Amino acid sequence: MSRENTDAGWGRSVLSNLAVSADEVRGLHDRLAASAEAEGMLDVAYTIMETPVGRLLLAATERGLVRVAYEREGFDAVLETLAARLSPRILEAPARLGVARQQIGEYFSGARTRFDVPLDLGLSSGFRQAVQRYLPSIGYGQTQSYKEVAQIVGNPAAVRAVGSACATNPLPVVVPCHRVLRSDGSLGGYIGGLEAKAALLALEHAA
Amino acid sequence: MTMKEPFERVVAAHGPMVLRVCRAVLGVHADADDAWSETFLAALRAYPELLPDANVQAWLVTIAHHKAIDVTRARQRMPLPVAIVPDRASTIGQPGRADPDLWDAVKALPDKQRRCVAYHYLGGLPYDAVAELLGGSAAAARRAAADGIRQLRETYGRAGAEAHDEAQEGAGR
Repeated sequence: MSRENTDAGWGRSVLSNLAVSADEVRGLHDRLAASAEAEGMLDVAYTIMETPVGRLLLAATERGLVRVAYEREGFDAVLETLAARLSPRILEAPARLGVARQQIGEYFSGARTRFDVPLDLGLSSGFRQAVQRYLPSIGYGQTQSYKEVAQIVGNPAAVRAVGSACATNPLPVVVPCHRVLRSDGSLGGYIGGLEAKAALLALEHAA
Repeated sequence: MTMKEPFERVVAAHGPMVLRVCRAVLGVHADADDAWSETFLAALRAYPELLPDANVQAWLVTIAHHKAIDVTRARQRMPLPVAIVPDRASTIGQPGRADPDLWDAVKALPDKQRRCVAYHYLGGLPYDAVAELLGGSAAAARRAAADGIRQLRETYGRAGAEAHDEAQEGAGR
């Protein structure tokens, strides 16, 4: 082997190990997130929080909270969808989610019965968005059937469409699709799994 | 259609590489941190328009090259109120403590060799791409990188050679 080739092998193995610690890169990442926010280039900020129903991903545009996702949905897949549908300018940037995170924490501790954060409903449209806009009118600890919701939003025949509006709710927990049940009182479906739906209902009934 | 990844993943995948390149070119101090920040901010700005099949790593190294020049020029324009301007402390802890000798050896290389080593060995750019950034031919970039590596191997000395041997043994196991 030539001198140049052995040198090249040495260079690759030694230089590629030059120390750059995870903490250093994390610090620079956080600085980048702050600069991107300040310059209006952070189209989607997200954070991940622990809750009694598992880890939740919270994402917000500059307009408001745009997505709450359960871990079972796959956080990677959720972020890819946000990149495709909203913008790939996405960074983990907890600052923008501070108020939402606090209110969700208060909700799970029983100290909050309604959310007061700006919402961005840009991920849904038409009838589904109309249903999602209505859902916060169902009060804490109350429930309605898919059929009742269909009647109230003005399309009594659209029971199944109400079901799919709830199933595709981009903001579970905050937009309370968990308060919508089947007419016989059974749970129906839930994006976070039936265990999570039951846990939220139990939390609200105990309060 | 090729989907574009969330930018967070670009930072996670390439952040350490870009920091090594910036440090190799500018030294292990706040200037390198600034060049890293400017690189990723510029990349974030342009990211939506980047072609889906672009080589993201090469794209970032190219931006880092330009930002390193900007940082150097900005520093040269700074007024000099004291005789010697000390390096500003890094804002992100004590970087590179594990390899101070190697970083020093990189810093001591002539400018062209240092950049050729940084862009090829740390940034993964092929020599024709290095030549496009720095001017001159691919063969000249290759020679400069080879000279730089030979110099590093000599000045970095035994410690580096031992680390290399261990790495080779590790790879063989």
